[in-house]
Amino acid sequence: MHLAMLLQMAADGMSDRVAVGTLAAPMTMAELGEGSMRVGSFLAAQRGDRVGLIDLNSEAIPLTLFGAALAGKPFVPLNYRLTDDQLRSIVARIAPATIVVGEGIAARLGDLEDIVVVTRQELLAVARDAGQPLADPYGGDPESIAVLLYTSGTTGEPKAAVLRHRNLASYILSTVEFAGAAPDEAALVSVPPYHIAGLSAVLSSTYAGRRIVYAETFEPASWVSLVRSERVTHAMVVPTMLNRILDVVDVVDHGGLPSLRIVSYGGGPMPAEVIGRAMELLTGVDFVNAYGLTETSSTIALLGPEDHREAFASGDSAVRARLGSVGRPLPTVTVTIRGPGGEPLPTGQRGEIWVQGEQVSGEYLGAGAGAADGWFHTRDAGHLDQAGFLYVHGRLDDVIVRGGENLSPGEIEAVLVEHPAVLAAAVVGVPDTEWGEKVVAAVILADGAHASEDELRNFVRARLRSTKTPERIQVRAELPFNETGKLLRRVLREELAAAFVSPIAS
Amino acid sequence: MDLKPGVRLRSPVCEVEAIVIKAPPTSIDLRCGGHPMLAIDATPPAASTAEPGFDGGSALGKRYTDGEGTLEVLCTKPGPSSLSVGDKLLQIKEAKPLPSSD
Repeated sequence: MHLAMLLQMAADGMSDRVAVGTLAAPMTMAELGEGSMRVGSFLAAQRGDRVGLIDLNSEAIPLTLFGAALAGKPFVPLNYRLTDDQLRSIVARIAPATIVVGEGIAARLGDLEDIVVVTRQELLAVARDAGQPLADPYGGDPESIAVLLYTSGTTGEPKAAVLRHRNLASYILSTVEFAGAAPDEAALVSVPPYHIAGLSAVLSSTYAGRRIVYAETFEPASWVSLVRSERVTHAMVVPTMLNRILDVVDVVDHGGLPSLRIVSYGGGPMPAEVIGRAMELLTGVDFVNAYGLTETSSTIALLGPEDHREAFASGDSAVRARLGSVGRPLPTVTVTIRGPGGEPLPTGQRGEIWVQGEQVSGEYLGAGAGAADGWFHTRDAGHLDQAGFLYVHGRLDDVIVRGGENLSPGEIEAVLVEHPAVLAAAVVGVPDTEWGEKVVAAVILADGAHASEDELRNFVRARLRSTKTPERIQVRAELPFNETGKLLRRVLREELAAAFVSPIAS
Repeated sequence: MDLKPGVRLRSPVCEVEAIVIKAPPTSIDLRCGGHPMLAIDATPPAASTAEPGFDGGSALGKRYTDGEGTLEVLCTKPGPSSLSVGDKLLQIKEAKPLPSSD
């Protein structure tokens, strides 16, 4: 199945529904279908084998995504927050290509060989131009590449994950009911277009018949006001966004978010107190925790609204703990936990999360298929409980090896944030002459709160064992997160090593 | 005919089009309106009509199965004729809806 066909079905079967836009400036499914076909023929005639995009959110995102699909060229949305040098280097890698750009981007790119730049305004004009020919509505081969996504690169050189049409289409077909959205549903999309969640939001909403409302970029006060003015019913947020949204609703204006029905969250561990606070403040809202990776075409496991309520209300600590899980795997994927040699581990034991399914690509550009044996090795640490709930414990590469013992930063971080003075915590390993690596931490304290380093260390030691107790803890004003809420551990590791490691050990 | 996932087909008697989601490795007598379905780019024969009992219609976006879990097709263009394997009508697959996660 090809993404162009999903669009065609939506344009044919739900032609009058609004696909994207505000209540005042709606674009219908029929208009999105026709606009994408114009953009498709335009992009097909442009130079280059790929269609890049460097821009904030706007209706140009679905038009370019579907237009590229119709043109038979991979869509490559790039991170506009990269430095000019990084951006130029990635753009050079995708050449020859046509790049759709937002304001100010063309000047940042300068002249690059085999790169044609089209502004957002020019692209929108093409989509409205009745004189522009229409692309063949049904794109091409489902095996062809739909999207290249440069992963966030928290650990080094960025690499491009390959998502084929059949991966993304199979995710949509297995998770979304065609035209299943109620006519008044609207999804607020504030994650950036180069994030897998930004792309899956377009595809899911289009196939479900749900209006997309774009926030150009995430800002908590304008997010809250958009939810109210646009009567938004659905939204996806990453953990750092949710807490800031709750601050606006709770502390600033007490206005509530009455139109909101479902908030899904993912993209990193959600502190239990934040989701608990959300469930108390936003009564009437259903919460969905989604776990997925770029390489799996988005969600592979879900903790649904019923699971949330049951866990939140339960006196049984095992059930209550499910709030910290990512729920159960989707019926169309298989998840298993494996040891370092690839051996299956018993239920409850921690290992590497492996996943299999039609939506799973696991493939990187120039590196062949990562899922050659049918299993994608996620490099995420995790375990499954007796009831089939999946728990994620961070990246395997972040595991600290201290004197031959494997320590999971997530476990230590979870204890640190239980301390009333601690707002956020991050734990990493830094070089140590005696142990190979030693455990160190950085914490942000709550406003006006105080806790000494010794007090925090004793707090961890009392709950875990001494080998898991950070040898040093740094109190900081902020932690290095990227804009989608992912902790930049490599950066933190360097900073803490500089603070806590004598030059000889490093 | 031999079907495999991704293969697109059209009805010989009306506008119905479908795409194969899942298929057994064996040959399947997939029909629409009681007549064998055609490749998507084939020209339908003139003036054929649906057989009685195969005119209940196919709905856009619905998934149809043979009830045995081996064959599944998605209707990508609706029309007045029904899908069947031989004389046995396909059934709409009632999907258990997942909560929206994106």
